[in-house]
This record gives sequence, C-alpha cells and structure tokens, in this order.
Amino acid sequence: MGMTMTQKILAAHAGLKQVEPGQLIMADLDLVLGNDVTTPVAVKEFEKIGAEGVFDKSKVAIVPDHFTPNKDIKSAEQCRLIREFAYDKGIENYFEIGQMGIEHALIPEKGLAVPGDVIVGADSHTCTYGALGAFSTGVGSTDMAAGMASGQCWFKVPEAIRFNLTGQLQPWVSGKDVILHIIGMIGVDGALYQSMEFGGEGLAALSMDDRFTMANMAIEAGAKNGIFEVDDQTISYVREHSAREYKVYQPDEDAWYTRVVDVNLPEIRPTVAFPHLPDNTRTIDEVGEVSIDQVVIGSCTNGRIEDMRTAARVLKGRRVHPKVRTIIFPATQRIYLQAMREGLLEIFVEAGAAVSTPTCGPCLGGHMGVLAKGERAVATTNRNFVGRMGHPESEVYLASPAVAAASAITGRITSPEEVVK
Amino acid sequence: MIQGKAFKYGNNVDTDVIIPARYLNTSDPAELAGHCMEDLDKTFVDRVQKGDIMVAGRNFGCGSSREHAPIALKASGISCVIAETFARIFYRNSINIGLPILECPQAAQAISDGDEVRVNVSTGTIENRTKGEAYQAEPFPGFMQDIIQADGLIDYVRGRMKQI
Ligand code: SF4
Repeated sequence: MGMTMTQKILAAHAGLKQVEPGQLIMADLDLVLGNDVTTPVAVKEFEKIGAEGVFDKSKVAIVPDHFTPNKDIKSAEQCRLIREFAYDKGIENYFEIGQMGIEHALIPEKGLAVPGDVIVGADSHTCTYGALGAFSTGVGSTDMAAGMASGQCWFKVPEAIRFNLTGQLQPWVSGKDVILHIIGMIGVDGALYQSMEFGGEGLAALSMDDRFTMANMAIEAGAKNGIFEVDDQTISYVREHSAREYKVYQPDEDAWYTRVVDVNLPEIRPTVAFPHLPDNTRTIDEVGEVSIDQVVIGSCTNGRIEDMRTAARVLKGRRVHPKVRTIIFPATQRIYLQAMREGLLEIFVEAGAAVSTPTCGPCLGGHMGVLAKGERAVATTNRNFVGRMGHPESEVYLASPAVAAASAITGRITSPEEVVK
Repeated sequence: MIQGKAFKYGNNVDTDVIIPARYLNTSDPAELAGHCMEDLDKTFVDRVQKGDIMVAGRNFGCGSSREHAPIALKASGISCVIAETFARIFYRNSINIGLPILECPQAAQAISDGDEVRVNVSTGTIENRTKGEAYQAEPFPGFMQDIIQADGLIDYVRGRMKQI
C-alpha cells in the first residue's frame, strides 16, 4: 500500500521503509519547541530524567510569547525559569523579548522548519509548519522534556484525509476563510487522530501566509497534523529563510485515505465561526446583525505581513467605530518592522487602532485585551471556546483580517465588500 | 482498581474550560486544581472527591496542548476519565503524566451523573454499580502499557537512556 506524505516522513525518521496507520514508532526529531507556559513544566520533568544536556543545542527552540512582556510577577518567574534553563543548557534558539515573536510565526521566519522535518512543540498550534511540507505536531510538556533529552518522540502513525483544492479564491477570501469553511464542513473532531493533507492545482492560488493560517488550524478539526504539498512557492520561501537542507516528500499515487474531499475555492465566501466552537460557521451573508465591542487582528493564525496589509487596505483613510476597541498585533518583530516600513502601522494608528508588540496576549485571554462579561469580539485568532478571551460569558467570533477590519469600522460583523467599494 | 462517583459532561469539553488560560501563569498542581472546570461547572471543585471519575462525550480535551489540563484534573481528585473519544494531545498527555483514560462510547453514554463506577484500567473493564451494568473499553496497546508500567514517560525515557 502506498504512503501519504506524513507516513513517508515518519517512516524516514523512524529508520523504516514502510509504516502502516496505527503503528507505534519512535521517530528522530529535527526540532523541539516550547513556550513560557509549557516549558516550565517541561524543565521540571527534564530534570527528573537526569540528562546532562539537551540532545542538540541547535534543535531546541524556546519562545516566551504567551504572557510576555511579563504580565505579572508569576509570569515573570516562569520566564526567568526558562531563560535560565536556556542559558544553562546553551540552547541556541532562545528568543528574548525584543527579538521574539509568536512562536508559530517566528519558527518558519527564522528558517527553523523546512520540508521533510519532524517537529514537535509543546503547543497545540505547532501543526502550523505543515504549510512547509514538514510533519509537525503539538505535544505536551512531558513529551517536550523527553524530546529535549533523547531527540526522539513516540507516535502512532496516522491515517489521513486528503483535501484536493481547485480553482482561485474570490476577492477578500483568504486561507482563513478556506480553513473555517473546511472545519465547518467536517467538524471539530472531523479529522481526529488523522492528518489533513492539502494538495491539488488550487494550491497555487494560496500564498505561503494563507497556507500557514490553514495548517495552523488543523488542530481545530482535531487533526494530528496538517500538511501541504511542496511547490515552487514553498521552495522560494525556504530558500529565502533557511540555509538548512530540506527533503521534499510527495504522497504515493496509491496512498490510502479515509476520505478524499474536493474543495472548490471559488465557491468559498468570507466565513465566520460563531461562539463557542470553530465549526459553528456561517458565511458572511448569513451572519445577520451582530454588534461587537472589540476587534483583535493578529496571533499565530493571522498576524503575518499579508494579514497586516489586508487590514490596512480596509482601514486606510477610515476610522474604527468609536465603541469598538481595535487591537492589532503583528506576530514577530520582523513583521512589525516591515509593517512600519510599508506605512501600515501609521494607517492603523490613524484609524484609531492600538498596535501592540508581538505577544499572544488577547488570543488566550491572557492580557492586552481581556473581555468583560457579555462582551463580544471579532478576532482573527483560532479558538472561540467558552472564556477563551476573558469572562466565561464573553463571546469570540473567528474571522479573517478583512472581515475583522471591516467589522471594526461598522461596529458589527461586516463584509469588507460593504466597506471598501 | 478505581472506584468513585461519576461527574458527567457533554461533547467537546475543551482545555480552556478544564483549566482556563488565565491561570496558566503557574504550574502548581494544587493551585490549578482550585480552578478546574470552573467555567463550565462552578460547583465541581467543591463537590469532587478523591477517586471520582469523569465521564464525557466526544473529543474530550480538545484545544490546547497544556499538560496543565490533565494535571488539574488529577490534582482535583479525578482518578480516571472515560469518554467516547479524546482529543489526541490530551490523550498522550494523560498517558505521559499517569492519569488513566479510557475510550468507551458505550460507557460514556450509559453512565449518568452521580453513578457509582468501578474501573479496572489494565483490563479496560468498567462496572456501573448504580445501574448494575458493565462495559468493556479497549485496553491500552502494549507500548503504552510499558509507559504506564514505568510510571509515566519520564521514567520510561530515563530507563531507555541508560540502555543507550
Ligand atoms: S497566538 Fe494564540 S493560539 Fe497562537 S500560540 Fe499564542 S496563544 Fe496559542
């Protein structure tokens, strides 16, 4: 039986010619990642193992992004702990405030993920690097500790769902709308334990930033990983960002999938996920009248340069609604700098939006924009669970940067088509 | 053998309700346990007793990779989680930290809130003493039995690293 992309990568990293779905394997890791929430737990576990150092100082990355710049004393203590660990172990990829960004935007930008890699991160959105044709998945802190010590991780080889993309995107429709559409279709456990493999001629219509957004949300369908076929765009991204060698894996022609789903891109409309699950989707034409208190544009899902450009296209020369707090946070320092050079930050500030340094901040209700009881936000983030952005009785509506920016102007969930004529 | 009262919840119980992110600036199990499930069930923390069992529907533990979720459940006194299906990171985290979890759609549907339940983790047998029923879950595959027997992943890896 032929293998999927994920199965081929896992087989190669386990030193096997062939793997079968359901098989338990021990695979070599190309990168182990953690943040300021998950690494403190991993450090404790790492110490119990009693290993002298990490398996490879260049293959561990630690990014303090969740409660940073430190929101309170407890967060500061957590960050100090991981900083000391990083220095003590000589970890090369520790990124301090001022250089750091949200981990899943930062890692590809720094060239630390390339096609064919096996990557684990103690953060569920580690699946983002599947956009580059890598196998990349979220694990827990104990896995992170074991991975740092041994350079290996256990996996159950997953089955896969294949998504064949065709056609072009309509104006104002982005990767965010495509993945929300797909999650709406298959449900929050629609890909449970499986890979989501994306390919087909429609791939060319999706920029790398679109693909990062889509792979990022594979976990929101319960998937173990999302993975994209590698094309010219992937290769030029990797050449621009990384000097590392990479390996391109194609799925076998006779690879077996539990399901093959055709996704016709031209049919997709701007899409919004209503509270409190990412699969509770409606197209922008079906949303009705939903007034909002806050707009958040950023995060590991949609805080990249294209997202900033899209938001600026909508906000340029306009003012945000006086009752809508609009918070924009570019995901890395590099994106921040580029947005500054392109004049996007000026557009945001003139429109009446607050611009923040890179942080997870409001995405997980940590700081920088926590919601009060009964408040509603439109956010370009990836989760709208109960209490995700603050009070348990607040609400989060997930949308693209274009819809979020348009909504900021009108004060209700709005299509960009209505605002930009 | 584990025995306790069932706390029953629905589908898609996510890690943000098991332990809200606003409390993740600590990893202290007792502190986490104090906020366990509070956004879904404010009374849980006061009612739960050592040994009790959580029962839920599909996709239990979906969302974040935070190990704080199974840690909070375990520290709150929960001795085992039974669900129709689990989200995969939650599944591996629970195994890795030694919180027994069983996938058993039949038990997950039949057990009611407050039922007295007895579980044999190694055979996967679940006994409902209130209703006088029994259900059978898949026992763990051999590899995971090894991890559980080594008392979690850390000791398992420590053992393996000594061999190398
Ligand atoms: S931006 Fe949000 S989803 Fe992404 S890593 Fe940070 S907290 Fe997690």
